[in-house]
Amino acid sequence: MHVLRERVIALVTALGVLVAAGAGAGARAESFDDALAGFAGDSYSDTEKAIEAIAASGNPRAAIVIGALQDARLFFNAGTKKVYVKTESGTLLDAATGEAAAGETISDLKLVRINNRLRRAIEASLGSLTLLAPDPARRFEAAQAVFRSRDAAALPALDAALAKETDAGVKRALTEARAAVILNMSAAKQADQIEAVAIIRARADQDAVALLSALPAAASPAVTRAARDAVAAIQNGLVLWEAAQNAWYGLSLGSVLLLAAIGLAITFGVMGVINMAHGEMVMLGAYTTFAVQELIRSNDPALFGYSLAIALPLAFLVTGTIGILIERTIIRFLYGRPLETLLATWGLSLILQQAVRTTFGPTNREVGAPSWMSGAFEVGHITVTYNRLWIICFALVVFVALLGLLRFTRLGLEMRAVTQNRVMAAAMGIRTSRIDALTFGLGSGIAGIAGVALSQIDNVSPHLGQGYIIDSFMLVVFGGVGNLWGTLVGAFSLGIANKFLEPYAGAVLAKILILVLIILFIQKRPRGLFALRGRAVEA
Amino acid sequence: MTGSPLIRALDRVSIPFLGLLAAIAIVVPVLNLAMSPLSAWYVPTYLVSLFGKYFCYALLALAIDLIWGYCGILSLGHGAFFALGGYAMGMYLMRQIGTRGVYADPILPDFMVFLNWPALPVYWYGFQHFAYAALMVVLVPGLLAFVFGWFAFRSRVTGVYLSIITQALTFALMLGFFRNNFGFGGNNGLTDFKDILGFNVQSDATRAALFAASVVALGIGFYLCRVIVRSKFGKVLIAIRDAEARTRFLGYRVESYKLLVFTVSACMAGIAGALYVPQVGIINPSEFAPANSIEAVIWVAVGGRGTLVGAVIGAILVNYAKTTFTSGALAPYWLFMLGGLFVAVTLLLPRGIVGGAQDPGIAQPRPAE
Repeated sequence: MHVLRERVIALVTALGVLVAAGAGAGARAESFDDALAGFAGDSYSDTEKAIEAIAASGNPRAAIVIGALQDARLFFNAGTKKVYVKTESGTLLDAATGEAAAGETISDLKLVRINNRLRRAIEASLGSLTLLAPDPARRFEAAQAVFRSRDAAALPALDAALAKETDAGVKRALTEARAAVILNMSAAKQADQIEAVAIIRARADQDAVALLSALPAAASPAVTRAARDAVAAIQNGLVLWEAAQNAWYGLSLGSVLLLAAIGLAITFGVMGVINMAHGEMVMLGAYTTFAVQELIRSNDPALFGYSLAIALPLAFLVTGTIGILIERTIIRFLYGRPLETLLATWGLSLILQQAVRTTFGPTNREVGAPSWMSGAFEVGHITVTYNRLWIICFALVVFVALLGLLRFTRLGLEMRAVTQNRVMAAAMGIRTSRIDALTFGLGSGIAGIAGVALSQIDNVSPHLGQGYIIDSFMLVVFGGVGNLWGTLVGAFSLGIANKFLEPYAGAVLAKILILVLIILFIQKRPRGLFALRGRAVEA
Repeated sequence: MTGSPLIRALDRVSIPFLGLLAAIAIVVPVLNLAMSPLSAWYVPTYLVSLFGKYFCYALLALAIDLIWGYCGILSLGHGAFFALGGYAMGMYLMRQIGTRGVYADPILPDFMVFLNWPALPVYWYGFQHFAYAALMVVLVPGLLAFVFGWFAFRSRVTGVYLSIITQALTFALMLGFFRNNFGFGGNNGLTDFKDILGFNVQSDATRAALFAASVVALGIGFYLCRVIVRSKFGKVLIAIRDAEARTRFLGYRVESYKLLVFTVSACMAGIAGALYVPQVGIINPSEFAPANSIEAVIWVAVGGRGTLVGAVIGAILVNYAKTTFTSGALAPYWLFMLGGLFVAVTLLLPRGIVGGAQDPGIAQPRPAE
């Protein structure tokens, strides 16, 4: 590190001499305004001096002025010697202050002319200017650009920027860019190049691998060996990151599965009712979100950020009520006849789908995302989108709430009692038919709020529910009927297994493999991962 | 014992029904081919094809009824066996196209040329021979059903669990067949057939012959089912349906009975699919859709499960209704009707149209409690 610092200081000094030699001894001392006046001289050599002086001035407007010069948008008034920048939209700004130029029209002004020699000077100064830009994000981008271009000409500017840099992140990017440049310079010393390999190795991403694998053929054997080691080490690290990324995607898929299946875990798992219309409850929840957002858009757009919060209870109420209606009118006549229940609810699902298609049309409906649901952030090499993150949290909250409801409330107690021994529960004074209706309503309502969440990541169409129904049933069967924990573990293990298989087998084949695995698994444990034991089994 | 069930199968319902099928198989093609199109007795070719299709569906319904109505196995994946039989026939028909395809490749079907396949995949070998294809029509669905059933029944996956994994089976097959690199034409499936056994599939005579073949196959299938259910074997099946555990305790190997009848049923479904494909002229992966299999179950439920005649009548009635309604102004309401049919039949008419009248032996399953 000590050696590097010495080198940097030496290079900065060299750069300083260069700048001083080009712009004249007094150039540094000149103010930005004085430098600007050079553009009004209408001579190429004056313009060149002005470019260098402005680049050295460190003024925040320097990049704008030189950018305008490059795009032929820089003008001057031959009389007043004032310089103006024409913006992209065509308005004139005073180059010195950036304020609108009052009383000037473009026809009175002359363009600052440039030739090829000047163009080169402009490009060089623009590159180093962005490296020296006051905004750290722009400096970072400039450093990344140099990292990719590996242009040896950028080295002096890089060193100058490094000496001034205070932001740690930008400083690292600059160091990496400098290392990339040195690696590609055949004139560089071997020790420097090996050090550069170490710096790039620390970066540890795909770009680093690409850079290290594409060394110039002239590189010395020691450097090549160091680069090869570094590539191997980085790739090992990347495999881990990729695994982490897959695990994250798997969690995300698992949470979607969990949301879709958790209502089913109540109706199928706890009550033993095969509800093929469960997916349609999810769909109705999604359409409730759509309807709520439409109402908000037409009445009070300010409320849009709260649309999901408003849709949640509404969706629960809508689908819960429909669920109770279904239970009262159809399912209660079919208890103990699971195959008939299956057919009747399949019929219901067709009716619900067609009803939605008639009401809302057959095409996908646009459900918007509030601002807190959109966007993403990076953790290491993983991209985490907010909507997925929120859905994972939401799925877990729903799960815990449901668990609490079953465990700690009177309704939950009665539900469990009816599930375990209906006759005995009735004898203890529990109105079993009322509990049946409420349980079914609860399962359907949860499907509805799952629909609100899924509307954020899936197409809201009449087919929304069908995509989930087979997966959900497989999941409940896999996790073990009558066991919410089984559903949770099953959801996340299926989700993660699916995402880990995908890179090797492709998305469709991974899904087929998972289905086959579940079919085989059911052979081995027909009652699922977390089978109920004892008397409850045959209930 | 060998002769008696064959004869016992022919009772006062079966004989007229088989007679009716025989009459249809002869009269309809004759009326189509021999009559002038202007005659009042003329049967248009499109009707021949349409009803040929219905009779294939009826054979599928019969296959489902055999396992559901008589053994209590509700398969929601029988469409998979139907489609597999259809694909086997489709592969034969594809190989018959030969140089008449768009790319005129003598060996490779068009879609393989299009996808740059270098050579015919091994599993397409032999399909240029009708006999081999006909064997595969029975063998592939039968083998799949045997392997699947062997796993499922041996580990005592029953009731709705079985229904759900059969549904997953057909769903998985659908996803697979949608893929281009599976080698079955992907999304588009197999189509553009030219001829079957040297006859043009489009010609009236071939269509009439295929119609007759479908009716004959249905008749044979009906007779076979009748033999099965009237035999001692069939009695055990019914016992399994009504009280599986008790049958097991009486010493019957329930798994073996189920496996055999499930396999036979899958073979029947495969034959139905094979007859279906040349008549509609296309087979594609959407035939594997779980919704198709469930729809086939409702044909049986409407006609009356546990009554073989009912399955046939249900399939033809529901499909005729479907054709009528989906082609007219009522098309948007067809799904309401189909859905309503599911609900109404299970709630109000659990034995179907034919069920209540004919075979009072079917007890309503007792509620579990």
